[in-house]
Amino acid sequence: MRKKLLAASAAVLLAGSLSASAADKLKVGFIYLGPVGDLGWTYQHDVARQALVKELGDKIETTYLENVSEGPDAERSIEQLVRAGNKLIFTTSFGYMDPTLKVAKKYPNVHFEHATGFKSDKNMGIYNGRFYEGRYIQGVIAGKMSKAGVLGYIASFPIPEVIMGINATMLGAQTINPNIKVKIIWANTWFDPGKEADAAKALLDQGADVIMQHTDSPAAMQIASERGKLAFGQDSEMIKFGPKTQLTSIIDNWGPYYIRRVKAELDGKWTTDNVWDGLKDKMVVMAPYTNMPDDVKKLAMDTEAAIVAGKLYPFKCPVVDQDGKTIECKGGDHLDDGQVLGMNFYVKGIDDKIPGK
Amino acid sequence: MQLVLEKRTERSNTIALVSPLIAIGLTIVTMVVLFAILGKNPLLALWVYFIDPLTDSYSLQEIAVKATPLVMIAIGLSLCYLANVWNIGAEGQFLIGAVAGSWLAVKTHGTDVGPWVLPAMLLMGAAGGALYAMIPAICKVRFGASEILTSLMLVYVADLFLDYLVRGPWRDPNGFNFPTTAEFDPVATVPVLVEGGRLHLGAVFVVLVVIAAAILLGRMIKGFEIRVVGAAPRAARFGGFNSRQLILLTFAISGALAGLAGIIEVAGPVGHLQPGFSPGYGFTAIIVAFLGRLNPVGILIAGLFLALTFIGGEQAQIAMKIPLDVTKVFQGILLFYVLACDSLILYRIRLISTSGQVPSGTA
Amino acid sequence: MELLEPIILSVLAASTPLLIAATGELVTERSGVLNLGVEGMMIVGAACAFGGAWLTGSIIVGAILGIVAGALMSLIFALMALGLAVNQVATGLALTILGIGVSGLIGAGFVGERITPAPHLYIPGLTDIPFIGRILFGEDAFVYLSLALLIGVWFFLYRTRGGLILRAAGDNHVSAHALGYPVLRIRLYAVIFGGACAGLAGAYLPLAYTPFFIPGMTAGRGWIALALVVFASWRPGRLAIGAYLFGAVTILQLHVQAFGLGIPSQFMSSLPYLATVIVLVLISRARTGGSTAPAALGNTFVPDR
Repeated sequence: MRKKLLAASAAVLLAGSLSASAADKLKVGFIYLGPVGDLGWTYQHDVARQALVKELGDKIETTYLENVSEGPDAERSIEQLVRAGNKLIFTTSFGYMDPTLKVAKKYPNVHFEHATGFKSDKNMGIYNGRFYEGRYIQGVIAGKMSKAGVLGYIASFPIPEVIMGINATMLGAQTINPNIKVKIIWANTWFDPGKEADAAKALLDQGADVIMQHTDSPAAMQIASERGKLAFGQDSEMIKFGPKTQLTSIIDNWGPYYIRRVKAELDGKWTTDNVWDGLKDKMVVMAPYTNMPDDVKKLAMDTEAAIVAGKLYPFKCPVVDQDGKTIECKGGDHLDDGQVLGMNFYVKGIDDKIPGK
Repeated sequence: MQLVLEKRTERSNTIALVSPLIAIGLTIVTMVVLFAILGKNPLLALWVYFIDPLTDSYSLQEIAVKATPLVMIAIGLSLCYLANVWNIGAEGQFLIGAVAGSWLAVKTHGTDVGPWVLPAMLLMGAAGGALYAMIPAICKVRFGASEILTSLMLVYVADLFLDYLVRGPWRDPNGFNFPTTAEFDPVATVPVLVEGGRLHLGAVFVVLVVIAAAILLGRMIKGFEIRVVGAAPRAARFGGFNSRQLILLTFAISGALAGLAGIIEVAGPVGHLQPGFSPGYGFTAIIVAFLGRLNPVGILIAGLFLALTFIGGEQAQIAMKIPLDVTKVFQGILLFYVLACDSLILYRIRLISTSGQVPSGTA
Repeated sequence: MELLEPIILSVLAASTPLLIAATGELVTERSGVLNLGVEGMMIVGAACAFGGAWLTGSIIVGAILGIVAGALMSLIFALMALGLAVNQVATGLALTILGIGVSGLIGAGFVGERITPAPHLYIPGLTDIPFIGRILFGEDAFVYLSLALLIGVWFFLYRTRGGLILRAAGDNHVSAHALGYPVLRIRLYAVIFGGACAGLAGAYLPLAYTPFFIPGMTAGRGWIALALVVFASWRPGRLAIGAYLFGAVTILQLHVQAFGLGIPSQFMSSLPYLATVIVLVLISRARTGGSTAPAALGNTFVPDR
């Protein structure tokens, strides 16, 4: 019995000493939706976290919780990070919005950053990437590279994030081929390699020859590679799975943003913000343009440059929805952020219907 | 020489008392080995897993919050399992109960309704879960279809149905088209018991349910019938117990409890309906039911214990970078040991010689 | 209808893991044991198979490792359910949970890697026959193995003495024991066979279907396999029909979506599961007086001395 007590108190001392020595470092926490090995969304956040450690290593200590489901567990997980001494916490999925807000209200001295949401607070900022800019470029490329004039789109869930991606792709493709068509399959999951592979097969069987995805695994890239077709990767570099297949990939580049925010926290200058950065600020990065002729590559790079310079807006007016109605243009010559964030219509040229409308 | 299993003449009561402790002890030993293999300090890991969460009021409340749906669902499941029917679809009944109760919250959102809303939601949740559970029950009673598989398939259906509702008709109009209902009005929210924490009224319900189940099984004829139908179906037939009716009854109760747990969870800790709000409570509750040995008080303890391991597992992730999979391994191993030790209540292991001699002993 | 051939090929591939796992479970259940741990055994098989293939560069090594892993997992089940007469439902569920956790631990080191998937058969002349060429002669080894396995099991169960004894043990273990047959040993072999098949089915996923490992990649296929055994009324011929039917519904719902018919995708996604429930009801109904399960299925057996 005494041995157990001794062991226990030794453990406490050890734990205590661990946290004591770390007291000087800023503790930064991360909440992940999936496993860091998903090669997609969560993986990129963790890559960014590692970049953070590399850049600011001796000043900070990072912790992450993975596979945190978006229900009631989320609130507890966030609060656990707070109680473990983390002062800046990144919650990396839309479903964490309300739990983050609840915990933020409870701990006004801890700072929170929520990705892809729309609620914020004095100590809770939000951030997101203008991935639709990348989608537009992909659309332009696809318009050029698709011989059949049919794109295949593996979508996850009909939320604005995904809808704006589909629309941006179409708008980009339509500048090359006004009659281009898209076939959409809703996988109803962010991540299910088997299902994504099946969806890719179905799209290819039905005549699509360029595949794009808003799901997280490299399964579709793999299938396209097997069939000798072309595809775009998502979230991270997927060229390993399709060396002759990947045209480009939209890479979530959270690293610089994380470094920026942590530095602000270290300097005591962190304030809540609403950041929606894109290609210009390198939050969205395109993987090298490959497997395409030089003129297409040049077109892609020019398009990218134009977006970065603010000369080209993917959602420039007039935007016409699939019923022929012109959308009211609230941003001057392009749709404003609010309209894009709440997008729930398809643009003209898409024959399908948004599920659940 | 050979190891054989020999049925005891009567249950060993000492083993019945001691077996959970042996099981926990064996599990801890196995986990120590596992932690060592993973390169983590075993003693520290055990501390973080089991002791640390008990040391402050926040974690204790969280354990209760996590255990609430687990115990409620598990009590219902235990009734089914005692009757030898295997309701594996509690997760689906949990989701449908949440949907049924949320319907009222969504319908009355923003209007000035009275406090009758919450009790009504809870009733609807229970009713919804019960009705959904009747599907596999009727399939079994009328058609003889395996309730294990029908109830399981219906889990997937319930999940997709919830997804459809929240992305379509019930979506919050002010929510930027994100798949969630509007936040439930305060009058439609399960009240919190202690300020600053998340312990809510559901915990009180759970205690009541545990007491009710104990009374049902221990003191009421119906409870006796349920247990006999499961343990000795032929004797039950001779005794005139209607096994079909009991199957329907146990499924209904089980579904009602799962549905009630669902709406409490949604109207309490979560606060709105969204897809994927359940981290698999319906399945974890199955483990709780077995760990509690299908006994109401045992289930209460088992539920709290399992919740402790969840909370401890999260803290282990933070403090020691121990992956979440270890928690699953732990739960699986614990269940194995509990089941194995429990078998010693009914059987004894003997070493006999295989020279053909029948060992002496009571017949 | 040029879409038919690629659809059939997709269905073949999608159904293969279901068929292999269900075949193994069918043998297990015919001997009287209900092993709900198929999902756990499959996912461990997947993790070990991928690890083996990635480390050695050989698909065959990976497949063997997957089979062994599945068999070892089933041994745990056998120890509990046969050795200690523990309730089979609980044990099977515990095995699934354990399997998911263990596979995550094993697979963690391999996430992000890829291997060369299993090659497809190519016989010049035969494979090029339009339409049936690729279906009959152009698939990977697993597909052919699954069919050979099924035929082998059918032959064993209905044309050999061993199969007869196994079925007897499943229908009436008391009588079988009285006749002197080693019921527990038969069940042990059946359980191990079931585990080996589950491991092989799991191995198929990262070795041929999507050549990388992701935690949880079995995505519930083990449960579907269990349903298929019931669907098939425990008969091998019916099992093939069921597996391909289920694979077909899974694939077709994607095609229907791509066609743009506007049916809610959640409804389409739920079709395979609804179909299973309906079929289960219809099958059980057709046999008036209850199901045709092996009569002793799920009952614990402790030989008295």
